[in-house]
Amino acid sequence: MLDFVQQLVSGVALGCVYGLIALGFVLVYKATEVVNFAQGDLMMLGGFFAFTFIGMMGLNYWIGFAGAVAAMALFGMLAERVVVRPILGYPQFSIIMATIGLGYFLRSVAGMIWGTDDLKIETPFSQGVLRMGSLVLAYDKLSVIAATIILCTLLYLFFNKTMLGTAMRASSENMLAAYYMGIPVKRVVSVVWAISAAVATCAGVLLAPITFIHSNVGLVLGLKAFPAAVLGGFGSIPGAVVGGVLIGVIESMAGFYLPEGWKDVAPYVVLLTVLLLKPEGLFGLQLRKKV
Amino acid sequence: MRFLFKTDYEDEIKLFPHSGYVVSYGILLALLLIAPYVLSSYLMSQLVFVCIYATVGVALLILTGFTGQASLGHAAFLAIGAYTAAYLQKYNVPFPAYFLAAGLLTGIIGAMVGFPALRLTGIYLVIATISFALIVEEILARWESVTNGNEGMRVKTLSLLGVAVPRDSPTFYYLCLAVLVLTIVGTLNLLRSPTGRAFVAIRDSETAARSMGVNVALYKVKSFAISAAITGFAGVLFAHKLSFISPEMFTLQLSIEFIIVILIGGTFSLHGAVLGAIFIVMIDPFLTYLKDDMPGIIAGISATFGASPATAGNIQSNVAAFASLNGLKGAIYGIIIVLFVLFEPLGLYGRWLKIKLFFQLFPLYKRATFKRQKIYVKSERNR
Repeated sequence: MLDFVQQLVSGVALGCVYGLIALGFVLVYKATEVVNFAQGDLMMLGGFFAFTFIGMMGLNYWIGFAGAVAAMALFGMLAERVVVRPILGYPQFSIIMATIGLGYFLRSVAGMIWGTDDLKIETPFSQGVLRMGSLVLAYDKLSVIAATIILCTLLYLFFNKTMLGTAMRASSENMLAAYYMGIPVKRVVSVVWAISAAVATCAGVLLAPITFIHSNVGLVLGLKAFPAAVLGGFGSIPGAVVGGVLIGVIESMAGFYLPEGWKDVAPYVVLLTVLLLKPEGLFGLQLRKKV
Repeated sequence: MRFLFKTDYEDEIKLFPHSGYVVSYGILLALLLIAPYVLSSYLMSQLVFVCIYATVGVALLILTGFTGQASLGHAAFLAIGAYTAAYLQKYNVPFPAYFLAAGLLTGIIGAMVGFPALRLTGIYLVIATISFALIVEEILARWESVTNGNEGMRVKTLSLLGVAVPRDSPTFYYLCLAVLVLTIVGTLNLLRSPTGRAFVAIRDSETAARSMGVNVALYKVKSFAISAAITGFAGVLFAHKLSFISPEMFTLQLSIEFIIVILIGGTFSLHGAVLGAIFIVMIDPFLTYLKDDMPGIIAGISATFGASPATAGNIQSNVAAFASLNGLKGAIYGIIIVLFVLFEPLGLYGRWLKIKLFFQLFPLYKRATFKRQKIYVKSERNR
């Protein structure tokens, strides 16, 4: 039983990271219907920025964290301006390819700049555990869970309660109509990319104590975050986090209870099953085509 | 400029619309046939890879280019073909038998992937095919009694009708070329048949295709099966060419490479698969060339522009250091993909068509001829 709870908590913590990356997918998808295959790589880059600020320049953890988030938000806007904006309105496949290309580029460049070693960021949560009876919970994992809850709530409120959030939802439904209604669609899209890069950075920095930062971490985790986003139904913010947690728990349970090898496959088996039975995901909207 | 007057549907679907095609493709084929006697063994080896990649490219074009079903899982089909060949070879099955068996098995698995794919579109399909490929990769690594796990499998020399065909021999090249040519001709014929027309109809609008009486489900599954089977054939050749296969060769990276093949070549014509394959395969020798010769050339150029020998030497060593950076290939890949998507969405073959039209219509060529329509209104979610 204790093992089970222990696995559950580490699964939830891992799942929250997936959820945060998936959140980035969902944000961009909600606002522009672009699926950003480079989301994991944005996370990786955010981690490296934080490492540069905290590990190399010796800044305070929180200042470094904020600096990395700000820098990545700018970078997200830049990426949107250079890669995505010129091809908005083209078939989805072109955009997917463009972001895959962006991901390739970021991975290689990060490998060139920061090397291929595993890097570690010292955080206030790195040491120390919370003991509850015989249950031992590491602070770094708890910090991920807490941050996910906070971020998710903030984003949910932002999308549903603020003007800008409403504008984003409108432009995702129909860009042209949103434009006619006076919504500055280009600026909205730009802001969405900034937010999603910032969320990715949070994921990267929180992840750093758990799995180290290296140039391929984005690809590995990005591929896990996809099932998370799909499971939750692309386009649903709570769905992304719930999907991420599910994938994380499934992975950690499969690693513990099933034979070796299942750990990496189980999320995808679950994903394919869900796609077979309920293609729109757990929280997705059932949309009908008008002819 | 040549005007083709079409008076009949038969004229519309001719394999060779006019005699120019016969001449130019005849010359191309003749050149390819004498290639082994002219080119170096390294280039021949690259040419074999071009044939294999182009075959996969054609397969992917059937599925992605003509049926509109994106797939990022074709490395898995290639792997299944390769492993079937390697496994059956252990039991002394002759080449023609395991060649066909590999195609058949991959085709069946392709159809099985096609069934769940019926309900999926767009991004969901991409993710489902990625998942499929990752699962296959893991199975290959774990099913040790058949695949020998991560240690990989040796593939014996191909023997065709009792004659050994080493992987570097001209005969092997001819075999790959024959498979490619047969695939292309077969696909051209497929595309002008009712099946091919149904594929294109599904790509352009599923609803319209359905209302015209096209059995969408059936043709989607067919498209998956055909595409997978061709990839399986290519997989057999791939296994023989490499003479050693292991699961880490068939990663997502390879699937992406195949997509890049058709993206760079152009997704609307079979020419695209061949041009893209040439591009992808030749990028490696080109990068090696850059690494070896470029520093000297740049230093030479800067010297002619008046840089002192010391500066030139400095430049040379800097460029050399840059060229030998780890991961430069990945960065160049990334830039190439992004540039093609942004500036040449029709691919290399599209560029060729534009140049051709420019000279045909000179001086009346307009850029807008090839401009793609942007759609901001329709949401893909409502498709």
